[in-house]
Amino acid sequence: MANISLIPSGDFKTTYAADTTIFPTVTSRNFAILGVLILLVFPTFMDRYWLNLCIQIGYLGIAALGLNILVGFTGQISIGHAAFFGFGAFASAWLSNSFAIPVALAIPLAGVMTTAVGMLFGVPAARLKGLYLAIATLAAQYILQDFFARADWFTGGTAGTIAEPFSLFGFAFDTDERYFYVVLVYMVVMYILATNLMRTRDGRALVAVRDHYLSAEIMGINLTKYRTMSFGISAFYAGIGGALYAHYLQFVSVEGFTILFSIQFLGMIIIGGLGSIMGSLMGTAFMVLLPEVMQAFTNSLAGTAIDSALNLKDAIAFLREMSIGLVIILFLVFEPDGLAHRWKQIKAYWKLYPFAH
Amino acid sequence: MTLLFQLLVNGLIVGALYGVVAMSFVLIYKASRIVNFAQGEFLLIGAWTCWWLLTHWQLPFWIGFPITLAFMLIFGVVLQIVVLRPMIGEPIISVIMVTIGLSIFFQAMMKWMFGVFAKPFPPIFGSPTMNVFGLEVQTVYVMSLAISLLIMAGFGWFFKYSRMGLAMRATAFDQQVAQSLGISVRQMFAMSWAISAMVSAVAGVTVGVVNGVSSALSFFGIKVFPAVILGGLDSVAGAVLGGLIVGVLENMAHYVDSQWLNWGNMYEIAPFYVLIVILMIKPYGLFGTKDIERV
Repeated sequence: MANISLIPSGDFKTTYAADTTIFPTVTSRNFAILGVLILLVFPTFMDRYWLNLCIQIGYLGIAALGLNILVGFTGQISIGHAAFFGFGAFASAWLSNSFAIPVALAIPLAGVMTTAVGMLFGVPAARLKGLYLAIATLAAQYILQDFFARADWFTGGTAGTIAEPFSLFGFAFDTDERYFYVVLVYMVVMYILATNLMRTRDGRALVAVRDHYLSAEIMGINLTKYRTMSFGISAFYAGIGGALYAHYLQFVSVEGFTILFSIQFLGMIIIGGLGSIMGSLMGTAFMVLLPEVMQAFTNSLAGTAIDSALNLKDAIAFLREMSIGLVIILFLVFEPDGLAHRWKQIKAYWKLYPFAH
Repeated sequence: MTLLFQLLVNGLIVGALYGVVAMSFVLIYKASRIVNFAQGEFLLIGAWTCWWLLTHWQLPFWIGFPITLAFMLIFGVVLQIVVLRPMIGEPIISVIMVTIGLSIFFQAMMKWMFGVFAKPFPPIFGSPTMNVFGLEVQTVYVMSLAISLLIMAGFGWFFKYSRMGLAMRATAFDQQVAQSLGISVRQMFAMSWAISAMVSAVAGVTVGVVNGVSSALSFFGIKVFPAVILGGLDSVAGAVLGGLIVGVLENMAHYVDSQWLNWGNMYEIAPFYVLIVILMIKPYGLFGTKDIERV
């Protein structure tokens, strides 16, 4: 059974190892490798606009995955993810500016610094759950945002800070085409790491905490440890994502990391599917492409009666925000398991194709 | 010293309004166990509706205000039926996220419909200021304090003596028992949202009259959290007290800051530090019921 190429129509697994492989079948592994290979040639034929979107999906996807580990796999809620994302961005810029640490090293270091901050705010989380935790992380969001505006030495205050471009052995990844590969490598590594985490003892412990924390505790899982750890991991991912963002734009401003951004992260994982690793990426792509689709839609309506009646050109910023809220509500009401669930259903349909009932 | 006293009075007035909003927040939480992150948007919608009726249709305040309340009543019921009712039985994360989604949606919609700049209410009172104990206080402030106290008294009466209030308390206590006594739990849920929306709208109009209507009003919905956590999530009296404490506290923080520290922005941020500390040492607040879990 080790090397099946298609999904069998029943469950024939005989070992735990077979149940926790990264890829369920050889075909799915080959498709994943093929996908990465296709992504490798993207910069040769895509224009700047699409590359920019892909890079955005990359670094936001890493941060969203972190949030999914916290919310989807551990069942803790965080409304302060954007603040950690921002902290990672500032930390990386600060490390490379103040200590002349090469950017390639500053990004993981920024991740570690963000982990420390995340665990600091994770300490109250160890005692709280559900809505109390939501409110605590809401406070964390505002406190960190205030810290960004206040800490001139760290963030450059209201003026913002400049981040150096990413370079490796004297080769600068300063164009979109080159930076695409940096983000791609980070994304693949981080997604494989997360998939592997969920196959380990610690990953199973996180899921147990989510599913029934009392049973988990009775089984000997240290709740405080795993809740704090989950916050740490989530902050690490946010920090890496933020650092990649900083060195992509090469400028970090204190205004960007608002609560709306945090909610966008939550929206990504809800749309993608809570507790699904690939879902995080699907949700991110949805969230990044949504405003672009709306923009294109508005452009195509330009000059028509609807356009002049609603004054779409000026309203587009508000319409975007409205659509984010609306999409979150609609997904929660009609498709609470997200796009990943829909994808699974499509696969299940084809698995039994001619005989599906 | 005068400054300190002035800030204290300001704190009490703002705190009373926080108390009112916190109370309507607690009402929803008590009745349906839903944490409403869109509470601030209720203020916003109420204030904009009233403003629109008063300026666009040139209605006098005593007609426009009741229409606003009626609108908010219907709005609350519809919102509960359309969005929140399908969420019954869903995990708490989903319910929180739905209200967050609502909050973004309505905030952006209000910005779209009415613009991003603060717009003043037409003057409602004849004299803008009045003299209270030797202090020049704006009439609207006095009125807002009076309205807050009136709402609080109204709430007290409603929950203690009215049939519906008692039914609501029964629902909050135990839904199954309430249902077996012939109380329509669905109706109670809808009513709790309606009343909450109405009361928030009163607070919204009051703040709008004082400061002008703008999207900054929805920040009240965020400031409510320190207040309700301090008072205990399911205690109406606690919400009022928590609101007052937060109102005074942020003004005191502002005073300390402006006199000695000069950190800036303490007014906005101090309640959140307090919030974290309370969650660390006493997560169920001053009057909240402690959850005891049995397996």
